[in-house]
Amino acid sequence: MKRVVIEPVTRVEGHGKVTILLDAQGCVQQARLHIVEFRGFERFVQGRPFWEVPVLVQRLCGICPVSHHLAAAKAMDRIVGGEKLTPTAEKIRRLMHYGQFFQSHALHFFHLCSPDLLFGFDADPATRNVVGVAGRYPDLAVQGVMMRKYGQEIILRTAGKKIHGTGAIPGGVNKNLSLTERDELLKDLEKNLVWSRKAVHIAKEYTVAHLEELTPFGSFDSNHLSIVRADGALELYDGNLRAITPGGDKIFDQVDCQNYFGYLREEVRSWSYMKFPFIKALGPADGWYRVGPLARLNTCDFIDTPEAEAARREFTAVTKGRPNNITMAYHWARMIELLHAIEKIAELLHDPDLQGTDLTVSGERRGETVGIIEAPRGTLIHHYRVDAQDQVTMANLIVSTTHNNEPMNRAVQRVAEQFLSGNEITEGLLNRVEVAIRAYDPCLSCATHALGRMPLVVELRDAAGHLIDQRGRGVSAAALAAADALRPAAP
Amino acid sequence: MAAPAPHILVIGYGNPGRGDDGLGPYVTGALVRWPELAAVRCEIDYQLAVEHAAMVAEADIVVFVDAATEGPAPFALLPATPESDRTFSSHSVSPGQLLGLACDLFHARPQAWLLAVRGQDFAPFTEVLSPVAQAHADAAIEFLRSWLTQRVTEPAADAVSAPREMPCKTAST
Repeated sequence: MKRVVIEPVTRVEGHGKVTILLDAQGCVQQARLHIVEFRGFERFVQGRPFWEVPVLVQRLCGICPVSHHLAAAKAMDRIVGGEKLTPTAEKIRRLMHYGQFFQSHALHFFHLCSPDLLFGFDADPATRNVVGVAGRYPDLAVQGVMMRKYGQEIILRTAGKKIHGTGAIPGGVNKNLSLTERDELLKDLEKNLVWSRKAVHIAKEYTVAHLEELTPFGSFDSNHLSIVRADGALELYDGNLRAITPGGDKIFDQVDCQNYFGYLREEVRSWSYMKFPFIKALGPADGWYRVGPLARLNTCDFIDTPEAEAARREFTAVTKGRPNNITMAYHWARMIELLHAIEKIAELLHDPDLQGTDLTVSGERRGETVGIIEAPRGTLIHHYRVDAQDQVTMANLIVSTTHNNEPMNRAVQRVAEQFLSGNEITEGLLNRVEVAIRAYDPCLSCATHALGRMPLVVELRDAAGHLIDQRGRGVSAAALAAADALRPAAP
Repeated sequence: MAAPAPHILVIGYGNPGRGDDGLGPYVTGALVRWPELAAVRCEIDYQLAVEHAAMVAEADIVVFVDAATEGPAPFALLPATPESDRTFSSHSVSPGQLLGLACDLFHARPQAWLLAVRGQDFAPFTEVLSPVAQAHADAAIEFLRSWLTQRVTEPAADAVSAPREMPCKTAST
């Protein structure tokens, strides 16, 4: 057998390595996305007082600390019996959450993915990057920066700080939004709304124009999971769990998040530190599922903001109302959520409840709690037990990228089957593998607690483990040699 | 007529939950206590990201403050220039990439410096600086206070009396 190693993957967060095993005939036998880092956060939080947790969990990584902050805060609401927040507290948290969605989706689309979409998968890597976008589409590149900045400003105003925000506390929030802060955010609202509409248009036009090429690209039928509102609406902050089959039938619906463990389980595989969640009733072989923008648009019945709902209808029309299982449709779905987020931000900024002063509630104390939120990358689960001394005794986190573990592996395998042949690693193949992974916007930092930038090393080895081809991007010859020295022999 | 005071931006970045990786935020956070530096804009973040390009583009002088995993102790001040390689692959970007983005997107080219403060212990989940890093941070704060004060009060000054012996590798590169 031959082994192709792509290490690490570029334009995603954290370190990952792709290994593609070929059989004697040169056909793809197996593809794996390896996660080689270890995450010890669940042990670290044990013994800490519960009220520290919403701040502590932001140490998981610097990419989406707000999502962890809010998931932990939702969990700790129940510890203090304060899960029914005051209107001011819930709306401040929602504003923070939509700000996080807005900045995260904008950055991913404009600066990490748009080079692939605007220039094509086979374009020269020297131009297929944000500099190339800035050169040919300067307005888009600037908009990406300014949209990201706007989302960060919302987070700063609601969380109090950029690093380790303290806005959400067990049972509520510790600040409201002043009129001055609101007016500052309103100044840039309209142009961000205009840019969001344009982003949806770009993603839609690209997907529709390339539908024939994109439909099979790294795609497969899958189950889908997210939280939804009681009436079936898209819900990002608080709702109940819904899972559907590839055809749209409900596997379960309106499951209270506190009961998630009765419906979802995790499988450990020897070759990866990242676990493989699955729907308990279907088992690990058939119960894996996708989360994130594509899954959310598939599971929800409608979106409760008018422009995003109109965009969703156009999205579902492509698959004639059935769930969309096209991996690259993640980008279009992500931009519809971006539009939804800015519509929600507009709605909230005009809501006087944000200036309310009733910030916290408390009630009957509990010892075990689950907080589930839809993070930009997908469903995020925080599960804790707290003893009578207020110390955390158990923590289990299932982060968005972990839910998408199996789908990302399958996406890599599909692309490899479609585009890998012979003994040569082409630039086009490398980028297609990455494009398939990047569609999920994985945050391996979060899933594994790795930090860093990712140069690319790709190796092709024969059945005896001998190196027969190697390509590097963004790495030195010395680094290639070092990587080669450390590489275990192929089986 | 005296030259107008330059718009100075100091960005300290790193993760305070990873021991000495928090040197950038620590040093930058300390600057706000000095009244003579009230006009200096101090920003703290986990990492440099693209939205900082807009902020950088508004400044005349930018100082990036980061923890260094190797290189001179207690710190080194190095000139930072736009990088030609802007093919960044994650949400995080380097000072050079950020300056490149500021140039490409906003046609701005501020004077820029990297203050690399040498750290020692980058263990995860440690929320205090190591004793060695604390001493380095104290030295860097004193230096930066003086260096910035000179530029605020004497805008024409362009001499840099800081060590530049060795390139250093920062925690974020």
